Amino acid sequence: MAIYIDHNTRLVVQGLTGSQGRFHGFRNKAYGTNLVAGVTPGKGGTDLDGVPIFDSVAEAVAATGANTSMVFVPPAFAADGILEAAAADGIEIIVAITEGIPAQDEARVYNYVKQTSSSVLIGPNCPGVLSPGKANVGITPPEIALEGSVGVVSRSGTLTYQAIHELTSRGIGQTTCVGIGGDPVPGISFIDVLERFQADDDTEAIVMIGEIGGDAEEQAARFIEQHLTKPVVGYVAGVTAPPGKKMGHAGAIISGSSGTAQAKQSALRAVGVTVVDDPTSIGEAVAALL
Amino acid sequence: MDLFEYQGKSLFARLGVPVPEGRVARTPEEARTAAEEIGGKVVVKAQVQVGGRGKAGGIKLADGPDQAFAHATDILGMDIKGHTVDIVWLEQASNIAAEYYVSFTLDRSVKKHLAIVSAQGGMDIEAVAADTPEAVVKMHIDPVVGLTNWQASELVYRAKLDRATARKSAAALRKLYEAFVSLDCDLVEVNPLILTDDGEIVALDSKVTLDSNAFFRHPDFEDFRSAFTEDPMEKMARQRGLNFIKLDGSVGIIGNGAGLVMSTIDVVALVGGAASNFLDVGGGAGADTITNALEVLTNDPTVKSVLINIFGGITRCDLVAQGIVEALEGLELQWPIVVRLDGTNAVEGREILRGVVSDAVIPVETMREAAEKAVELAGKG
Repeated sequence: MAIYIDHNTRLVVQGLTGSQGRFHGFRNKAYGTNLVAGVTPGKGGTDLDGVPIFDSVAEAVAATGANTSMVFVPPAFAADGILEAAAADGIEIIVAITEGIPAQDEARVYNYVKQTSSSVLIGPNCPGVLSPGKANVGITPPEIALEGSVGVVSRSGTLTYQAIHELTSRGIGQTTCVGIGGDPVPGISFIDVLERFQADDDTEAIVMIGEIGGDAEEQAARFIEQHLTKPVVGYVAGVTAPPGKKMGHAGAIISGSSGTAQAKQSALRAVGVTVVDDPTSIGEAVAALL
Repeated sequence: MDLFEYQGKSLFARLGVPVPEGRVARTPEEARTAAEEIGGKVVVKAQVQVGGRGKAGGIKLADGPDQAFAHATDILGMDIKGHTVDIVWLEQASNIAAEYYVSFTLDRSVKKHLAIVSAQGGMDIEAVAADTPEAVVKMHIDPVVGLTNWQASELVYRAKLDRATARKSAAALRKLYEAFVSLDCDLVEVNPLILTDDGEIVALDSKVTLDSNAFFRHPDFEDFRSAFTEDPMEKMARQRGLNFIKLDGSVGIIGNGAGLVMSTIDVVALVGGAASNFLDVGGGAGADTITNALEVLTNDPTVKSVLINIFGGITRCDLVAQGIVEALEGLELQWPIVVRLDGTNAVEGREILRGVVSDAVIPVETMREAAEKAVELAGKG
C-alpha cells in the first residue's frame, strides 16, 4: 500500500503549459503517473505532447475523471487555483507546489477548503508526494527513491530528498514520501500523515523531518505518544539558526523562545522517537530499527 | 519585514485608525524644527526594529523645541539591543486616561487568526500574561469570515476596556484587523492603544510585520526599506532574488531549499566549524543564480571556504555546475569551493564539474563529507 497517491491516481496539472509545470508534470508521467489532463485558462481544446488541456479544473475532471490535482500556478494566482481544485467534484487530493503564496491567502484557503470540501490539501510550498513504484506527484527526483516499507514525511523539500537518498543508498525502500511544505499554514500536517502511515500495513517505520518555527513537531510528538506503535526516526533542522529570522521558508522562524529546534528535538525524544542530529545518519538509524 | 513605529502608524492612518500627529527627524536640528511645527509638548521616540526601547531610554518627553533637540541628541546614535538609532519620531504628547494592548496575528497551531486584547497595556504583555493571565483576553478568528462586529465588542467587554467608549474601541479593533488582513501583515500590535482624557481612542505605538510574499499586491511597501540600514550583503543578495542571512563563521554556504541550507549550517557546526551565512538559491535556480550567489560571497571577507550543497528537485544540477564554471571564469574567487550535487541531472552536473576540478573546486559525495572538507579548508585559509 501507499498513501495519498498510487496506481489509481488520475492527475491533472494546473499550469502544465508553464515551463516548470511542463518539466515536472511530464517527469511525473514518465515515472508512470497517470497524467490525464492539464489546465490553463484560455488554452482549452489544445494538447501538450498528447495530454489534453482544459480551461478549467471542472472541465478537466468531467472529461478525464481526474482525482488528483497538482498546482503549478504562480503565487499571485495559486490561492485561487487551489480553491478551484477544491470546488471541482471528484478532486480528492490537491498537491500545491507553488512557493511564495501570501500567508493571509493560505489562512483563508486552508479554512475554506476544510469547511467546504472533502479534498485533502498537501502544501503549498512543498515537493509533493512520491509513492515509489506507483506514482509521483510533485518535484521529487524519482530516481533517488526505492519501493519499500519506510514512510517519509517532511516540512522541507530538499531535506526530503536527502532522507530518501540516505535510505535508498542503504537499500531501504519507501512506501510513500510526503512533503507537507514549509509555509506557516500548510494544508495537511505531520499528524495527518502519521495517522495514515500508522494505518498503512506496508509501512513498518517512519522518518519525520521537522524544522524551526511553529509547534507542528510538538503536536506530532503528542500524537506519536498516543497513537503510534511504529518506530519513528526524527530530524529537526535549524539547531544553529538565529532567533527572529525567517530562514528561507516563510514558516521557519524562531519567535521569542518558541519554535526552537532544541524544544522540538526534546519533545520527540521524550516520546521515544530516535532523533538524529545529522541527516546523513537517518539511514543508519532506520536500519537499526527495522 | 518589520516596520518602524512611524511607518506602521502611516499604514494605520490609511485605514482610519487615529494616530498622534508627528514628524520624522534624523538630526537634532530636524528634531527641533519638528517640535516647533507640532507645537506644545512632544515625545521623542527612537525608531528601532526591536522591543524594549522605553526601558533603554529611547523614549523621552520634551516640553518644547529646545528639549526636543537635547533628547534627540541623546537618542540618535544610541545602541538598543544591537540596533543603532538613526531616526527619531516626534509626536504630540497625549493625555492618557487608559492604556490597552491589542494584537492580531496568525496562530499557526490552529491555523486561524488570533486577537489578543488587554486593559493592561503599556507593559510587556508576556509579563502581564504570566502575572495575571485573566487580564489577557484571546479569541480566535476564522480567516474566511473575518473579525465580526460582535466579536470586536466581545473582546472589548471581556478585556474590561472602558464601557462608556466601547463603541469607539471596538471600531478601532475592527480597523486594526482590517489593516492586518488587507495590508497582508504577519503581525499588527498596538501597545498601548490609549483612551485619551477627552474620550478618543488613539494608537500610541505600532509594531507591524509585513509579509514580503504579498508585496506584489502592495508594490509601495518596498519603499519602507529605504529607511532601514540594511546589511550591504543582505541587500545585494535580495536585489538578486537570493535568500541571504549573515552569520558569524567562516564557511560560506550556498544550497537549495531552506531546510537543506539550515541543515548544512547545523552539520558544519557539528563537525567543528561555523557558517558565515545562510544562502538559499531557492527552487529552480539557473546558472546565473549560482554565479550571483558566489558573487555575493566574494564581498564577505570572513569567508575562507565555500560549501555548495545541492539536492536537485526543481533545481537542475547541470545548471548549478554550469553556474560554478561561469563564476570561475568571470569572478576572482579567493577561496576553495566544495561541491556536493545530488538529485535532478546530478550525473550531468558532476560531468560538467569534472572539467574544472582543481584545488579550487572539490566535488564530494556526501553532505557530511562536504561539511568536513569545507571546515578543514576554512581552517587552513
